[in-house]
Amino acid sequence: MDSKLEIAKSEPIWNTNNRVISIIAGLVILLFALPLFGMNSFYLHLFIMIFMHAVMAQSWNVIAGFSGQISLGHGAFFGIGAYATSFFYMEYGITPWISIFFGMFVSGIFAVLIGIPMLRLSGHYFAIATLLIGISFQVVFQRWDLVGAASGLWVTMTPEDSWSALQFHSSKAPYYYVFLMFFLITFFLVWLLSRSKLGYRLRAVRDDPQAALSLCINVSNYKIIAYVISAMIMAPMGSLFAQYILIIDPDRVFNIEISIIVLLITVLGGIGNVWGPIIGAAILVPISEYSRIYLGGTGGAVDLIFYGLILMIICIFRPNGLISFIPKDILERKKQR
Amino acid sequence: MKILTVENLSKSFGGIHANRDISFDVEEGSILGVIGPNGAGKSTLFDLITGFTKPDTGKVKFFDKNIFGISPDKISNLGVGRTFQKLKPFADQTLLENVMIGAFVKEKDIKRARDRALEIIDFVDLIEKRHHFAKELSTGQRKRLEMARAMAIDPKLLLMDEVTGGVDQKTIPGLVELVKKLKNTGVTIITIEHNINIIMEISDNVLALDQGKRIAFGEPKEIQNNKQVIDAYLGTFDAA
Repeated sequence: MDSKLEIAKSEPIWNTNNRVISIIAGLVILLFALPLFGMNSFYLHLFIMIFMHAVMAQSWNVIAGFSGQISLGHGAFFGIGAYATSFFYMEYGITPWISIFFGMFVSGIFAVLIGIPMLRLSGHYFAIATLLIGISFQVVFQRWDLVGAASGLWVTMTPEDSWSALQFHSSKAPYYYVFLMFFLITFFLVWLLSRSKLGYRLRAVRDDPQAALSLCINVSNYKIIAYVISAMIMAPMGSLFAQYILIIDPDRVFNIEISIIVLLITVLGGIGNVWGPIIGAAILVPISEYSRIYLGGTGGAVDLIFYGLILMIICIFRPNGLISFIPKDILERKKQR
Repeated sequence: MKILTVENLSKSFGGIHANRDISFDVEEGSILGVIGPNGAGKSTLFDLITGFTKPDTGKVKFFDKNIFGISPDKISNLGVGRTFQKLKPFADQTLLENVMIGAFVKEKDIKRARDRALEIIDFVDLIEKRHHFAKELSTGQRKRLEMARAMAIDPKLLLMDEVTGGVDQKTIPGLVELVKKLKNTGVTIITIEHNINIIMEISDNVLALDQGKRIAFGEPKEIQNNKQVIDAYLGTFDAA
């Protein structure tokens, strides 16, 4: 056997940079410890929003970054998740811990139903179609009396903090830990996905569908798989958000802004990279929250101006997102010379 | 044994006949060279065989299986690999990752797929470039990448569109040797090639096309002396 081949085969499959692993482990421990240092309600809320938006952006990253399909209607799956938990809790007393999975399931079903016809479209056509799908969900829920129509649903409040009802009135810390757990689990699963056979094949579909077809990859099926996974990641965030604010309505949970924000976060952080959504959320969410505080209800739209400016700068100078500032051999897949 | 049988294959785009009533067959383990001037329908023929373009009429049989009009992923899954005239590497992925995507067809386990991909990369003499991104490779190296990636699906039949097209003269002999090396592994090859000397050197049979029609099919010597081929494609070849 060729010695160069032997050397190549003996290389580890993945780059295990111990320093990076130590830093990540340290950050995770820090995130678990932060509320213990008496974080006030605002900072707990800020971190909750960062976790939530990072997961939402990661969901979008799976369909857009991994399989190359730009969806502009991803807010629909957030809304489905939100309504699934609230409706089943209010109508049947089903704990959100179960209805979260129901929301994921329904989102997955809708992703298949939407994906089969829509994913035949490509590029801009798919993006426009998903934009309209997202808006149509909002319109339908605005008129659907069973789920409160335009008024939405006011989740029945428990008298005390309740883990089974996923309601905490005395402190936001439990919410912080719930969102943190979902954040960590999602990122771990997407990290595994990116390194799996499925991850490789999705990137092939993204980079060149024709070449992918020549390698026995059914491009349409893989796009649908990515869309379903993406939808099922988005839905639990809607469910948790509903339990967090305890009031949902179509304008809030099916808002087109949700679909746009997740896109901005991902593009800013680095599309197609598992770490991109974390970086994007950690920067954009505080800008949004602080501008809301200092500039009024919706931040006087200054946050959107910031988003626009940052996005322009990124697109011109760093099209691969802020993640591209970090050397590739540290965080990305192994590349040795 | 015949690995591929094509009968009366036709395809039109609007009023243009890209392929008209083309028939030929390929023996297992051989190399068929496809020649013809630009626009003769060579690449379209590849697209029709591999399912990238749906034929209008005709028959395509891979061994005994009818593959007429089947989707490209299903045809490749049967053991028909291909490369492209306009190269299609997964540009933002490394050479190793490119080939691993093909290797996953036969190997489900990531370690085994990686080992298999490395063996093929070694076979095409690019082992030292395994961690380079595809977009960083030269045209000749990307041609080897495409061959390696197609080989990774373990094809019985490999269609290669202009292996030596667009590369410098120094690179050509290495690619020709690689095609010969590939043939020695037992894989059947159909190759489109403009360089007539290469076709004569490597092919067992040659199919000549002109304006979408088959104008000749036979052994290289016959084709070389075929008047229609000389008129349509070779020009002054016999006088040279």
